[in-house]
Amino acid sequence: MSDLIITNETIDVQQCIDTVMTPESGGIDVFIGTVRDTTKGKKVVRLEFEAYESMALNELQKIVDEIKNKWPVHKIIIHHRTGVLYTGDVAVVIAVSAAHRDAAFEACRYAIDTLKQTVPIWKKEVFEDGEVWVAAHP
Amino acid sequence: MKINILAFGIAREIVGSSCTTELTGLLVQDLKRDLGAQYPRLKQLSSFMIAVNGVYAQPEQVINAGDEVAIIPPVSGG
Repeated sequence: MSDLIITNETIDVQQCIDTVMTPESGGIDVFIGTVRDTTKGKKVVRLEFEAYESMALNELQKIVDEIKNKWPVHKIIIHHRTGVLYTGDVAVVIAVSAAHRDAAFEACRYAIDTLKQTVPIWKKEVFEDGEVWVAAHP
Repeated sequence: MKINILAFGIAREIVGSSCTTELTGLLVQDLKRDLGAQYPRLKQLSSFMIAVNGVYAQPEQVINAGDEVAIIPPVSGG
């Protein structure tokens, strides 16, 4: 399984974990981003994700490279969904393995925080009475 | 020089999934100015970036014929 994937198919969380597990790893940190049912008190009907896939993969690779320079991690995978998602669906999975937990926790946190700032993926929140591209307007 | 531009997210809804524009200058900042004039709704966004060949471009960067140019509105993955 590839380490960095943008996909319109369901992400297999267990497979992500299995992929980063290595004999020398003492800890695996996993972040799972899921679709929540409300935003600012409004019921969310669905989310629509789109990506500039070739650039998104470049930016994800940069995140992995930065992490490998900063922390002694073993393996990192980042899988992100595109398409239409509903409450409870998995939008993103990040899994990081390392010998010790500090590196795994910190690298995983860095990966999701940076992804949200730099990777060209967009989500539209669709409510019962309208829709909004998240973060588009001040 | 005429260039074709890709657009995503809210930028796609503003300009279409791709558009063609006549560059009045050679630089990324010239393109941003032209796009803002052509599509005023782009200027209402929190920000918009230009990517050239899949990499965030600097304002002073030169755009060359054949480059893959894209409008990157505020990202919101995760």
